[in-house]
Amino acid sequence: MQATHLLSLLIVLGSFSFYVSRGRSLALANPLGGIRNLHSLPSYYGLHAALWCTLPATFLLAIWLIFDEIVINAMVMTDLSPELIPSGNASYNLILNKVANIANGILPRESQPSGLLDAADNMLSLNVVSQWSITLLIITLAMFGLAWSSHKLKPDFRARPAVERVMQNLLLACACVAIFTTLGIVFSVLFESIQFFRSVPIYDFVFGLEWSPQTAIREDQVGSSGSFGAIPLFVGTLLVSAVAMFIAVPIGLMSAIYLAEYADSKVRTYAKPALEVLAGIPTVVYGFFAALTVAPFLRDLGASVGLTISSESALAAGGVMGIMIIPFISSLADDVITAVPQSMRDGSLAMGATQSETIRKVVIPAALPGIVGGIMLAISRAIGETMIVVMAAGMAAKLTANPLESVTTVTVQIVTLLTGDQEFDSPKTLAAFALGLMLFTVTLLLNIFALHIVKKYREQYE
Amino acid sequence: MKLKSEQALELDESHVTVGQSFCDDPKMTMRNVDVFYSDKQAIYDVNIDIAKNEVIAMIGPSGCGKSTFLRTLNRMNDTVEGCRVDGQICMDGQDLYSPKLDVVELRARVGMVFQKPNPFPKSIRDNVTYGPKIHGLADTRVDLDEILEKSLRKAGLWEEVKDRLDQPGTGLSGGQQQRLCIARAIAVSPEVILMDEPCSALDPIATAKIEELIKELSQNFTIAIVTHSMQQAARVSHRTAYFHLGKLIEVNPTEQVFTMPKHQLTEAYITGRFG
Repeated sequence: MQATHLLSLLIVLGSFSFYVSRGRSLALANPLGGIRNLHSLPSYYGLHAALWCTLPATFLLAIWLIFDEIVINAMVMTDLSPELIPSGNASYNLILNKVANIANGILPRESQPSGLLDAADNMLSLNVVSQWSITLLIITLAMFGLAWSSHKLKPDFRARPAVERVMQNLLLACACVAIFTTLGIVFSVLFESIQFFRSVPIYDFVFGLEWSPQTAIREDQVGSSGSFGAIPLFVGTLLVSAVAMFIAVPIGLMSAIYLAEYADSKVRTYAKPALEVLAGIPTVVYGFFAALTVAPFLRDLGASVGLTISSESALAAGGVMGIMIIPFISSLADDVITAVPQSMRDGSLAMGATQSETIRKVVIPAALPGIVGGIMLAISRAIGETMIVVMAAGMAAKLTANPLESVTTVTVQIVTLLTGDQEFDSPKTLAAFALGLMLFTVTLLLNIFALHIVKKYREQYE
Repeated sequence: MKLKSEQALELDESHVTVGQSFCDDPKMTMRNVDVFYSDKQAIYDVNIDIAKNEVIAMIGPSGCGKSTFLRTLNRMNDTVEGCRVDGQICMDGQDLYSPKLDVVELRARVGMVFQKPNPFPKSIRDNVTYGPKIHGLADTRVDLDEILEKSLRKAGLWEEVKDRLDQPGTGLSGGQQQRLCIARAIAVSPEVILMDEPCSALDPIATAKIEELIKELSQNFTIAIVTHSMQQAARVSHRTAYFHLGKLIEVNPTEQVFTMPKHQLTEAYITGRFG
């Protein structure tokens, strides 16, 4: 049976156990004079049985699914006839693929060496054995679980805490999924990066001033040795992010102050969602807005006042990114400003301060940790933003601090390095992972820094 | 008894405040004051004078309008959406609700201390000098330091905090925080200080200190205090006003209110039959 069938079977078995155990506990309760004489409600006994019936079996199924292909492959390859023994890692995978394709009927059986055909038959039979044994195992385990639960079912059995414990662990497992996924991402990026740093020294990468990732594909190719200095990319990223923050922080903060302190409730109910619509626009739409509307407009504007603004500029990309980030900052700042207790405002107003004095001298300082935290989160978003800069900032890795020129960012380079046909062992491709790792580290540090600031000042003021 | 007294009030449609509501040389006067929150009326036709340098206590059951009454005196009700004040409230003969009046100046003259200590999340120094700075009361740092010390001394806090003026005011104990708020209020040399249940969040020792302070302050300031504690009203005030369901029932010298109340509602309240 296939995994999906097995899962459906487990669901059916689980429901069956639930009803049986619930019925049994009711039957136990009746002669005692009602369910108040049971330790737990009947549904808990049912749940206990259902969990014991399904959970261990599901767990076993998951482990089996992860390992059965690996084990079968290893067995097939060790049984391979001697003349086909692979010489290296690459040919091992090649042969294994061939065997699997023959077994699945993708490659025709005619004109294949008999050794491969034997291996394919071997694989097919092993697969059948594997499926039947897992089916049997699962059913046995489910039945065993049900039997165990029935064995424990007595009026004084504490089913409720037992079920609660399982529930708690299930929740924990769900939380772990997110954590382990993050770890998985980090490690996959890390290993590829280590491979990259074997061909390019880490010092040249982190401190190099030139970025041109074209490497020679053939030995005899001329002039493309490739240089992987990440500094121009990070400077470009910082430049675009700085432009974005320069726009987003004042506008976002001031609109938040207006919404939180001045706007009456009617304006607020309409203005706040309207502002948050900005956050709902896909970044790719911002991207072509930046590339097709803002960038040419800025170029023409620059030309009319005698400035040379290239048609793909950090200014255009950063500006549009800033617009995109406004709701992010305004929404966070609005929350923290609203959270400043009214008694602070009353205290200041009662001293004879005007409303704007109260906001500048009492409300904003009190809300500052939250506001700074919001800005930090916005910065890490700006650094990681990709679509707008791909479309509007350009591709040329220039080391410049002039926002009127075209720059490129880390994210843009990752995209260009990994799109299209690439060989996976050249430094050019692997550089993308190193960039990703560095970007991840930078945003991680920023986030930690932001959280630290928020925490520190919060403790001081409350 | 409770039923009977409330019937008495309802029958008395044209109720008149009993006792000595008025005085010869008033600091503040209120005539026919009604306060509404949107459609709900919170205060009905209050007439009262507050004399110079007196301590007047407002007592009454919860929701009787005594805090609302207090907040009309420095127009803090302006910050409440939908609040409307009718009638006339004057200080030194000047109408507080006239459009010509500058609220900022009024609030500098009528300080306020709140129920819960609300020091700003700043240093002790910045808390006290906040008012003097925004009103430009000091030209030099020396002047400012002088105001700082004088206010903290008057609030009885100087000795406790003089070595840590630059630490956050929020790090003080509850009673110290409340005295800091009083110091903050008197730093701008107001003429009237309004106190809205200033001791309700404090322990008995801190309360005793604040009460002591109120007595001292009454030499220089006019003080209007709202309190839930009748003992406190008896200890600190010269006159006591009793509010009931938004109406001012009785105003009399404190001693008389607590020994020989004129109105049966006042009597019912101070003998603990309701409230």
